[in-house]
Amino acid sequence: MQMKHAVIAGLVMLGASALAVAGPSGGTVTGKVTYEGTPAKMKPIDMSKEPSCAKMYATPQLVETVVTGAGNSLENVVVYVSAGAPDEAAPSTAATFTQKGCRYIPHLLAFQVNQELKIINDDQTSHNIHPLPKLNREWNKSQPPGTPPISEKYDKAEFIPVKCNVHPWMHGTFAVLKNSHFAVTADGGSFSLANLPPGKYTITAWHESYGDQSQDVTISGTESKTVNFVFKAKPY
Amino acid sequence: MAKLLAVTIIVIAILSAIPVVMNTWKAPADISTHGHLIDNQMSDTMVEAGVSFLAAQILLAIFIWQFSSPRTDGKVKTFPGGAKGLVIAAIVLVGVEVLALGAFGSKAWAQVYFTPPGVDAMPIQVQAGQFAFYFRYPGPDGKFGPLHPEMINEGNQNLFGLDPEHDVDSRDDIVTAEMAIPVNKEIHLLMHAKDVSHSFYVPALRIHQDFVPGLDLSLHFTATQIGKYEIVCSQLCGLGHYNMRAYLEVMSPQDFDDWQKKQAAAQ
Repeated sequence: MQMKHAVIAGLVMLGASALAVAGPSGGTVTGKVTYEGTPAKMKPIDMSKEPSCAKMYATPQLVETVVTGAGNSLENVVVYVSAGAPDEAAPSTAATFTQKGCRYIPHLLAFQVNQELKIINDDQTSHNIHPLPKLNREWNKSQPPGTPPISEKYDKAEFIPVKCNVHPWMHGTFAVLKNSHFAVTADGGSFSLANLPPGKYTITAWHESYGDQSQDVTISGTESKTVNFVFKAKPY
Repeated sequence: MAKLLAVTIIVIAILSAIPVVMNTWKAPADISTHGHLIDNQMSDTMVEAGVSFLAAQILLAIFIWQFSSPRTDGKVKTFPGGAKGLVIAAIVLVGVEVLALGAFGSKAWAQVYFTPPGVDAMPIQVQAGQFAFYFRYPGPDGKFGPLHPEMINEGNQNLFGLDPEHDVDSRDDIVTAEMAIPVNKEIHLLMHAKDVSHSFYVPALRIHQDFVPGLDLSLHFTATQIGKYEIVCSQLCGLGHYNMRAYLEVMSPQDFDDWQKKQAAAQ
């Protein structure tokens, strides 16, 4: 998914670079991810084949391939440093991926290479999680209700689609990244990458349907730089 | 010892015949127009096989009781010597019985498979894939848009691989996860498997169809009673086979129209 879009709406560099914000060590890159155009309508999911999950919802859940928020913001976009920062060792805390109500929570989980991934089944039904990597080892694991979490890790950076073998509508993504400078946008589309030492960085924003975009930014001290991304929405 | 065996054989034969004769385990109520042919075929088969079974077991027990002996010096006759007539009669009798069942049952089979559906039959496409059934209705234009398997994307709920952007006929197609049909209306099912072998089984409808990947299957039926019925996959298709099912809702024509409008709005 390496589509490069040449769309930059507002790149505010200079100006008041004397904004000495944030971090005890390093500068910050903040911004917003938005879309232009009309995104496809997200279809509702019919879970009638799994009544124990279907009964949890008063109205059907919507597909999450394109989730939009207030102000044309785009959610579930991973914004990360793709160049300019050294690879980092994984933290000791695990990244948690939960199966609840026959959905994956969060829809997109970002974590580091060799960081422990903990997969929890919080439903009354069995799931069979099946990530579909191209670089890492492919596996799928069955998880009946009430069994302990599955523990796994990935040793190569990759964006991995995740599906459930038993429930065809369940889809998610693992973003396995090389360093700790990443954020996932929520409602509002904003992100903040802090504690960046001085240097030249490439900031990349990745969305599962709209591809990725990159911009370069230079940090010289403890200032805050703004980098915004605008994705072109597709009606189908 | 032999007499005990003879008695045991008779007891087991009778005990196993009792629940069948008393119809202890009833099939679900038949809600289709062709189901009675299948049920009659089933009854005929059970009666003929049952009578043959009991006759054979009783004869066997009688022979054991009558002719067993602790003597070890007698001459043992070789089979079939002496009973050739009886053996030929048995073969002919059973053979005729099986052929007859096949001949009488062909009407039931033909009703579902060899007669074409009426021109007014409502077409519904059924796709079986690991591990769910999905259904497609043609929508107001009455036409199914083309399928593009390479475009199947379950994460986006594009379950059939439709391309509404380029195929006009696909734009009004209605894709659902449960099958609703109006009562007393002939339905024409067009079925295929997305990946491996599956089977579409609705016991109350007396419809049971195996899916072979690559084959397009066609059958038709009419449901006669309103209600909710389970469609189960009855061909082992992988680790989620136990969970593979969908629901069939037989509705009044008015309810069906409302349901279809609601589904169309959600596409």
